Amino acid sequence: MFEILKKQELSENITLFEIDAKDIAKKAEPGNFIVLRIHEEGERIPLTIADFDRERGTLTTVFQKVGKTTHHLGTLNEGDFISDVIGPLGINSHIENFGKVVCVGGGVGIAPVYPIARALKHAGNHVFSIIGARTKSLLFWEDRMRQVSDELIVTTDDGSCGRKAVVTIPLEELLKEHTDIKLVIAIGPAIMMKFVCKTTEKYNVKTVVSLNSIMIDGTGMCGGCRVEVGGETKFCCVDGPDFDGHKVDFDLLMERQKMYLDEERTAFERYKAALGG
Amino acid sequence: MGTEPEKQDKKTKTRVRMKEQEPAERARNFREVPFGYTPEEAVEEASRCLSCKNPPCREGCPVEVEIPQFIRLIKEGNFLEACYTIKQKNALPAVCGRVCPQENQCEARCIVGKKGDPVAIGNLERFAADYEAEKGEVRIPEKPRATGRKVAIIGSGPGGLTCASDLIMSGHEVTMFEALHKPGGVLVYGIPEFRLPKVIVEREVGYIRKLGVEVVTNAVIGRLFTVDELLNEKGYDACFIATGAGLPMFLGIPGENFNGVYSANEFLTRANLMKAYLFPEYDTPIKRPGRVAVFGAGNVAMDSARVALRLGAEKVYLVYRRSEAEMPARKAEIHHAKEEGVEFVLLTNPVRFLDDGNGNLRAVECIRMELGEPDESGRRRPVPVEGSEFEMEIDVAIPALGAKANPLLLKTLPDLRLNRRGYIIAEEETGMTSKRGVFAGGDIVTGAATVILAMGAGKKVARAINGYLKWKYWDVSGFIEQ
Repeated sequence: MFEILKKQELSENITLFEIDAKDIAKKAEPGNFIVLRIHEEGERIPLTIADFDRERGTLTTVFQKVGKTTHHLGTLNEGDFISDVIGPLGINSHIENFGKVVCVGGGVGIAPVYPIARALKHAGNHVFSIIGARTKSLLFWEDRMRQVSDELIVTTDDGSCGRKAVVTIPLEELLKEHTDIKLVIAIGPAIMMKFVCKTTEKYNVKTVVSLNSIMIDGTGMCGGCRVEVGGETKFCCVDGPDFDGHKVDFDLLMERQKMYLDEERTAFERYKAALGG
Repeated sequence: MGTEPEKQDKKTKTRVRMKEQEPAERARNFREVPFGYTPEEAVEEASRCLSCKNPPCREGCPVEVEIPQFIRLIKEGNFLEACYTIKQKNALPAVCGRVCPQENQCEARCIVGKKGDPVAIGNLERFAADYEAEKGEVRIPEKPRATGRKVAIIGSGPGGLTCASDLIMSGHEVTMFEALHKPGGVLVYGIPEFRLPKVIVEREVGYIRKLGVEVVTNAVIGRLFTVDELLNEKGYDACFIATGAGLPMFLGIPGENFNGVYSANEFLTRANLMKAYLFPEYDTPIKRPGRVAVFGAGNVAMDSARVALRLGAEKVYLVYRRSEAEMPARKAEIHHAKEEGVEFVLLTNPVRFLDDGNGNLRAVECIRMELGEPDESGRRRPVPVEGSEFEMEIDVAIPALGAKANPLLLKTLPDLRLNRRGYIIAEEETGMTSKRGVFAGGDIVTGAATVILAMGAGKKVARAINGYLKWKYWDVSGFIEQ
């Protein structure tokens, strides 16, 4: 059992938990994720590790309420327990001093970009960051991202905060202006990562994306998280989640993410009905 | 008078059959298929045993259960003692009675079997174990004197469980690490409820806990702790890697990532471990299949096909490139699958998957095969018949082709020698590896095999660890080139 030590509502439907998980915190690195299960009847879902404190033995995860499990998770409070937390899973993000890098975070993807940006900054990189969301009420961690970036650009689709643009617009401007950018990291919805990769491809800048496929065990045992990278089948959980974005088949990823749409709807409706809502 | 000997003869030739659910009924529920023997049936079947002086059956058992001895106890109506006798050698009798391939092991060597059915050793083992549990008189043996030694076991499947129970009975401290949220390994995520009810696995794991083994779930060794940390920082004197093979294999044909193509591991894990057949009471979904094709003919393929039926599939095909004679599954599983309505499509191989234009599986294109010359396995090699391609309409496909070695743990052990296929090189009799203090056994050494072989390995390794903890002797030069 894992205790929730801190809960914070970051935006309209995005929640932060700090979880007591000493052993996982000790080993967590940027790019890792956890799998959690709330209770006996629960499903196992992967969530990104947004931060970790080795001394205090805590793990920070940030999640968006989309379906039954994440909504249920959102009803838990400080002092409540989560039945199972497994991790740290996934290969660590590759961190070194590349020179100039851009970190792009979209929506809830801002959370896992943060520890990567911090590590890149710490390694001596010049870090440009772009964070974007549909609208202002969905944005979070502007302050945190500013702390670990040399330059931060904020965008919203509707212009309610920062620039009215999608993240690829300022990204392309940066790539044009700084031809010595060595690496772009992008984490967000699959569609955003796809267009980030289309943009960077034109400038031939290496781009790493963190894929969020459907998973069960997260240890390579089931193969449910299959993605295609460079025409080869890879397991997101043990071969990733970081991959060379220019080689990822995003359309396949998006199709596979939709596999259980009907079932997810059924579960969510049933959950809402049970709450009497 | 004249009929008496004949009757007697018939009785000894034919075994007492276990009653089971009717095929049509059971193919739509997840309850266990056979009901097990009544005490009367068990005594009757036990009476068929000849109590051989040098019992060949025992030599056929990888964990050396005293077979004639426990059968004699059943014959005498001493059911609890029978169970305790089995448990001296085998900590998981209720599991083995259900899932061991007895027909190739103990029962294959039974003398009675030379002139009729061999004694139903598996059924009797199951009976004794269930009787003990039902009576609630599970005996916890006395704790041996503590040795002060600590052993870490990685993986809580059949190999890990067997090794753990043997080592705890030798007085060592034993911790068993499990990556999933429930202990039991393949017994929990792989073998379906109707073949091995999960309460039985819980009971057997509970027994091992009561013996004093510490079970740590949610512990992915390699990530959470490395083997070196276990040995050097956490105070373990030896470590047994019993993780299973772990990484499912796919067919390597186009369209394999369409929605609806599941590895058998995923399909079974959703259904068994996550109880997706009870969705939406349980949160994990699974595609409610219409038409299903399973590829392969081992026990896992049979399990997948029968789970698909129980999820309501209207048609379940089992596609196999050889003929029925070459099928590696247990005879009982093949028989059950057929009875329940699984359609065997033999001498057939898939060529590619086809979708509906949106990435959802629609059909599989297959090609007919014929048997040619024997290959290295001694079985006749299937060769494609040119121009015989045809399409099968399906919405779920389940390749059940075995597993590869999972790199997650192994890549954190650069000093551990692996073979060409990525499995750990370990000495067969001891499980000793190229790394001092580290033993390995089961599927991560042999590649995908059976529950009982993993248990056999667990037993041998326990014996070897006992020796190592006493003498600290490590010499593997005989089988691992330096």
